Amino acid sequence: MTSEPLDADALMALVGAEGDGAVVTFAGLVRDHNQGRRVQFLEYEAYEPLAVRALQRIVDEAKELWPSARLATHHRVGRLEIGEASILIAAASPHRADAFAACRYTIERVKQIVPIWKHEHFDGGDVWLEGATADPEDVAAREKAYRIACA
Amino acid sequence: MRVTVRLFARLRDLAGAGELIREVPDDSDARAVWNDLVLEWPGLREYEKTMSVAVNAEYARMSARVHDGDEIAFMPPVSGG
Repeated sequence: MTSEPLDADALMALVGAEGDGAVVTFAGLVRDHNQGRRVQFLEYEAYEPLAVRALQRIVDEAKELWPSARLATHHRVGRLEIGEASILIAAASPHRADAFAACRYTIERVKQIVPIWKHEHFDGGDVWLEGATADPEDVAAREKAYRIACA
Repeated sequence: MRVTVRLFARLRDLAGAGELIREVPDDSDARAVWNDLVLEWPGLREYEKTMSVAVNAEYARMSARVHDGDEIAFMPPVSGG
């Protein structure tokens, strides 16, 4: 977790090894529109100690599902402008299928259980965005993330 | 006993503070802490079924016992990523 701009090269350097044939990276970006609103900027708020634990939990889950994969993820908080990255995920593996799947699983789980919130500032007002009720023990949510990852 | 309550995102806006020190009876659970907040800020009630709770920065259930000095966090549905 950081309030500084995210650095994809630094993240990739954390996971790479000489036996890897693939590194998949994902960047989540702030877009200029949402549900018909013109977005000006987003403010991200986190419960940081729990967010770090939840991210670690997700990485552990992914490692259990794809033992050959190594993962790193950084999430930014504070004010982000349009086009800036709010999250970066890097997944490395000897073969691309595992790297893609582990990366996709990670972003799906982040959206389910990591205590971070977007405060959207748009033309004409502001609104807190609310997605999933965070429950790391929810097996159905975990299975849904796995299905999406393997689709 | 005394606990620290943390509120996030819209819950923080509804209560007007992200961190509160609350006096609660011994043997309280997280639900008792929440019910006490709802009495003061009825607008929180709409989150009863959708929020998550953490005790000392670990996800917990509303039935979790809380102890003197604990930090109890109530969180609306998340929207990170």
